[in-house]
Amino acid sequence: MHEHEPNDWKKYTIVFFVTLTIFVSGLWISNYLNNKKIDQLRNIENKISLDLMSSETQFSLLEELSCKDISTTVLSSELNSLADKIAYSESNIGVENVDVISLKKYYSLLEIKDYLLMKKITERCGQKSIFILYFYKNEDCNDCTKQGYVLTTLREKYPNLRVYSFDYNLDLSAIKAMTSIYKVPDNLPAIVINGKVYSGFHSIEEIEKTFPELETIKKEEEKKSSQEQKKTP
Amino acid sequence: MDSVYTVIFYVFTFISVYVQIFFLTTFLEKRKKIVKHPENLELSYYPTVTVTVPCYNEEKTIEKTIKSLLSLDYPKDKLKIFIVNDGSKDNTWEVVQQFKDDSNIVLINKENGGKHTAVNLAIEQSDAEFFGCLDSDSMVHPQALKRILKYFENDKKTMAVAPSIIVYNPKNILQYAQNIEYDMSIYTKKMLGFMGGIHVAPGPFSIFRKKVFDDLGPYKKAHNTEDQEIALRMQEYGYKIDHCPDAYVYTNTPDSVTKLYRQRLRWIYGFIKNLIDYRHLLFKKKYGTIALFTLPSGLISIFGVIFLFVNVLGNIFNFIYRKIIEIHTIGFDNFFKFNYKFDWFFVSTKAVLLFAIILYILVIVSVLIGRRMAEGKTGFPISIFYFMIIYSIVAPFWMLRAIYNAIISKESSWTFERRVVNN
Repeated sequence: MHEHEPNDWKKYTIVFFVTLTIFVSGLWISNYLNNKKIDQLRNIENKISLDLMSSETQFSLLEELSCKDISTTVLSSELNSLADKIAYSESNIGVENVDVISLKKYYSLLEIKDYLLMKKITERCGQKSIFILYFYKNEDCNDCTKQGYVLTTLREKYPNLRVYSFDYNLDLSAIKAMTSIYKVPDNLPAIVINGKVYSGFHSIEEIEKTFPELETIKKEEEKKSSQEQKKTP
Repeated sequence: MDSVYTVIFYVFTFISVYVQIFFLTTFLEKRKKIVKHPENLELSYYPTVTVTVPCYNEEKTIEKTIKSLLSLDYPKDKLKIFIVNDGSKDNTWEVVQQFKDDSNIVLINKENGGKHTAVNLAIEQSDAEFFGCLDSDSMVHPQALKRILKYFENDKKTMAVAPSIIVYNPKNILQYAQNIEYDMSIYTKKMLGFMGGIHVAPGPFSIFRKKVFDDLGPYKKAHNTEDQEIALRMQEYGYKIDHCPDAYVYTNTPDSVTKLYRQRLRWIYGFIKNLIDYRHLLFKKKYGTIALFTLPSGLISIFGVIFLFVNVLGNIFNFIYRKIIEIHTIGFDNFFKFNYKFDWFFVSTKAVLLFAIILYILVIVSVLIGRRMAEGKTGFPISIFYFMIIYSIVAPFWMLRAIYNAIISKESSWTFERRVVNN
């Protein structure tokens, strides 16, 4: 038997620490970028919150203003893109990340505030809008995924439809209050339209059939806008 | 479940990055010792050498192989070439008759018994100081033998030297991909050589001191990977194996995925089975690098590739499943809409992705170093991408099959594969 070369323990250890350093740096960079994203989301939320407050203030001043001066169009699209970003962060940063959860809670509150305000404005100003409150859960709910696709499609089809989605399992008292007010069952997905609960999956056709006003409002709006276009030379 | 995947992924990438960094530090530490021999290299002493060419149904390539051996720059009276026909069913025996009058060449015809029996027959009949084997699908560079023997001259403890294997005349994408792989393994093999951890003395033109076989016995069948087994046996007994980067051997490589699959199935299957046979070496520090580094990292890389593949496959299925649900729910409404707006927000910042990128960069670096060592080429070859794409798709299949076969102990035949490779 010949002599084996002695093991270079020093090298094994040094390489281990080099690799460890690379990994720790990698984790640090990833964490740094994630924090940047969370900051970005926080900024968006703050901006939306500010816009909402401004709308609320405008609404309080309503008696001195005419309905058409109230700006309502910006919010919903911003809320939607925020929703996409929060959903992405849930998969990229983690569903259980404390910051992501708190951003999501804040977002849900903004949605509720927007919903309440928009409802008041529609009533007072005679605007025609339909509101859908959508309750879902993230895990073990295939129908929720499907319902999500349906509502996204409907929202694109009917600009006057406002969809507010809420994570049923999010630990937020305001959501709990809503689910108890509207008696939302835990059989998800569930949607609330004009105060009435529909649980389980509902297809595009079903929703359109139950709410023919979606189509009529859309047509009225189109008529209105084409008339306005004719007026302005 | 997700976190379990992430943890496993971290462990695999950590070990893979560790292995690559280990090679890289070895390279930085020893790069001055990687010698390029001059064209007019002379040895102080020219020992006797026997090279044997075992052949089974090799009528198409055998002539080139023998001619390359005859063109070796080496004193004719010191070199014997044994051509052992292992019961070929084609015209191999007739083809080699043209060399029967050459005084350097000995022709032997025997009944089919497998590659190791053909080589062992030559070992028995050889009385040379050095013994080597050349697969009949390969050709040697004229200087290869002298360059290898220089290693034995410089270090009396060196017992075997492996050459650099280069893909002969690559024609299609698959062969270019293999070329990259071979370049990379020239680098890893040299580094393992420095660390004393080479685990295979490849069939094409590894040269041994004859003493190795006198001391340790002849080749074994070893699950049709006798070149791995002899290396492990040598490592067990502390016989040093080195690698000579500029001793070039050009080998014919499989030109189709099926042929490549068969070849690799045999290699990986052999690796697993030999590893099982030599499991007593694993993690025993007295056996050195082979026990602590080469074998464990080889095993990890098999599982790593399979894990990655299953993971990617899972993601693809998940994506398709979601698309199907989407189409089923809302029709093709969304399918043809590409109103995607680029937003940095949606670029993944997961740490695992970062580690995967680091690992890929390290692999590319090792390919580039290998290419430079082997062929003296610099620059970035596009075939690196062929290699990465093809191997990450196909390799998991032969690895999975090899594990399966190892469990049910199904040998893959050398002779059968030979026929397929060269047809």
